Amino acid sequence: MQPEVRKRRVRAVIALLAVLSVVAMIAFMTLGARGSWSFILSFRGAKLAALILVAYAIAVSTVLFQTIMENRIVTPSIMGFDSLYVLIQTLLVFFIGAGPLSGANPLLVFVGEAATLLIFSSLLYRWILSGAARSPHLLMLVGIIFGILFRSLSSFLQRVLDPSEFLILQDRLFASFNTVDTSLLSITTVVVAMVTVVIWRMLPVFDVLALGKNHATALGVDHHRMIMVTLGLVSVLIAVSTALVGPVTFFGLLVANLAYLILPTSRHAVVLPVATLIAVVTLVGGQVILERVFAFDTALSIIIEFVGGMVFILLVVRGAAR
Amino acid sequence: MQVLFISRFPRTLALVLAGMSMAVVGMIMQMLARNRFVEPSTVGTVESASLGILVMTIFAPQAPVVMKMLVASVFALAGTALFLRILRFVPMRSVLLVPLVGIMLAGVIGAVTTFFAYRMDLLQSLGAWMTGDFSIVLRGRYELLWIAGGLATAAYIAADRFTVAGLGQEFTTNLGLNYRRVMLLGLSIISMVTASVVVTVGSVPFLGLIVPNVVAMMMGDNMRRSLPWVALLGAGFVLICDIFGRLIIRPYEMPIGAVMGVVGAVFFLYLLLRRNARAA
Repeated sequence: MQPEVRKRRVRAVIALLAVLSVVAMIAFMTLGARGSWSFILSFRGAKLAALILVAYAIAVSTVLFQTIMENRIVTPSIMGFDSLYVLIQTLLVFFIGAGPLSGANPLLVFVGEAATLLIFSSLLYRWILSGAARSPHLLMLVGIIFGILFRSLSSFLQRVLDPSEFLILQDRLFASFNTVDTSLLSITTVVVAMVTVVIWRMLPVFDVLALGKNHATALGVDHHRMIMVTLGLVSVLIAVSTALVGPVTFFGLLVANLAYLILPTSRHAVVLPVATLIAVVTLVGGQVILERVFAFDTALSIIIEFVGGMVFILLVVRGAAR
Repeated sequence: MQVLFISRFPRTLALVLAGMSMAVVGMIMQMLARNRFVEPSTVGTVESASLGILVMTIFAPQAPVVMKMLVASVFALAGTALFLRILRFVPMRSVLLVPLVGIMLAGVIGAVTTFFAYRMDLLQSLGAWMTGDFSIVLRGRYELLWIAGGLATAAYIAADRFTVAGLGQEFTTNLGLNYRRVMLLGLSIISMVTASVVVTVGSVPFLGLIVPNVVAMMMGDNMRRSLPWVALLGAGFVLICDIFGRLIIRPYEMPIGAVMGVVGAVFFLYLLLRRNARAA
């Protein structure tokens, strides 16, 4: 294929996806609207903004994570990052108490949580680098069991908590696609904007990192440092999406693999926007269809879980058959 | 005295029966799937059983408990068979791939169950089946577990057959055993025990993983010799976890499922990393 044709195809795909996502957004804002427009626009607008942020955060974090892991089946949420975020929140309430915590600067708390995620992920990465996890299956299994452990620990601690503290924790944790936590919207928007600037400037670096450690070093990239920076970006994005809508295990897997399927390229300048647009279309569009057409309420995350689980099995089995 | 006979006694019995039979069933499953990391809660058996209970709750809420258990067993059997079927598509059987696929299959079946439970406003009951809790056990509400106990004993009698079946289809047939029949027997025992435990007290995750592995570390893989130890250790382990759950937030109770989830996940990680350390 000639480069020019390729470029045209990329443009066509991105334009198509962009149109689709605009349609989904308009449908989200207007379908089934009754009553005062000013209320609807601000109420739905906040929700829409949160959904778009989540779509962006999950798509980008998954693609970047897969790049540095050199593996297209692992995603941050499969490796237990989401559940760890929930556990960190639970631990904070458990040890500090809900009162002082709600008095603290939310930005500070958020940064602290993201930093803890980063520590975990860099430990994980160091373990992988040490050669202990030679097989990708072991890596995934360990990640999944870590996820189960974090979830069990959180539910264990939540039962020990004082009921009134638990109520506050529940308020923070039980965000879902339907009850998006819009109070965090302004902080997360700022954070995501900052992360985006960093990612924008690092785009060529990601392409080099995808080649593996040796090639990256040969091409003059400080591999270790760049990996740590990327892990930091991923941690922040995961914190954003989990804070807004709670853990969603398989969404990133679906979106990233779909992006690579539609446009088989390893240029991050293409993959990242494509994955993000796919995420926006499926998330906003799916929510519209479920809410307005089928009148199902919070079933979206369940459906993602169902489809994602099957895709995962398919990918793993096909990968093993090869 | 009344406390003793109506509540404490049945509870202890229920714990012993459930612990014993779940541990034994875990061991049988590990034999049949030829994999150390499988057990009813990591391959979708438990999720299928609760899907069965959900179906019964929606369509025949008045049915007797035994009926519910039987339907749940059929679902559990189907779920486990589906798992083994998927495994056949994996030509090069990696030890770690088996539990990986199993956990994901469990998630998919769980998503189906959650979907219908959500539509029918039964999420809370679903939560009760998925988290093992012995605090509801009273006289007259646990007797179904005797079936599980009986089946575990039957498994002891058939132990040698399962060991042979674990060595593969050709080998089994060579020794004059009907492979399919042995597999079906084993799967039926697994499904019925799981179903009866889930119906009465809810799922006790990882028990069937921890106990057989500990026993295998201590005394190897001869099933007939180690099965009594598996049963004994299973019962003892569940008792300890239950006592712990009752003490930690006195006067309230921590359901045993929550305790087992933490202990089991830590142990699973230990197994994975230790195995790997040895292989490296």
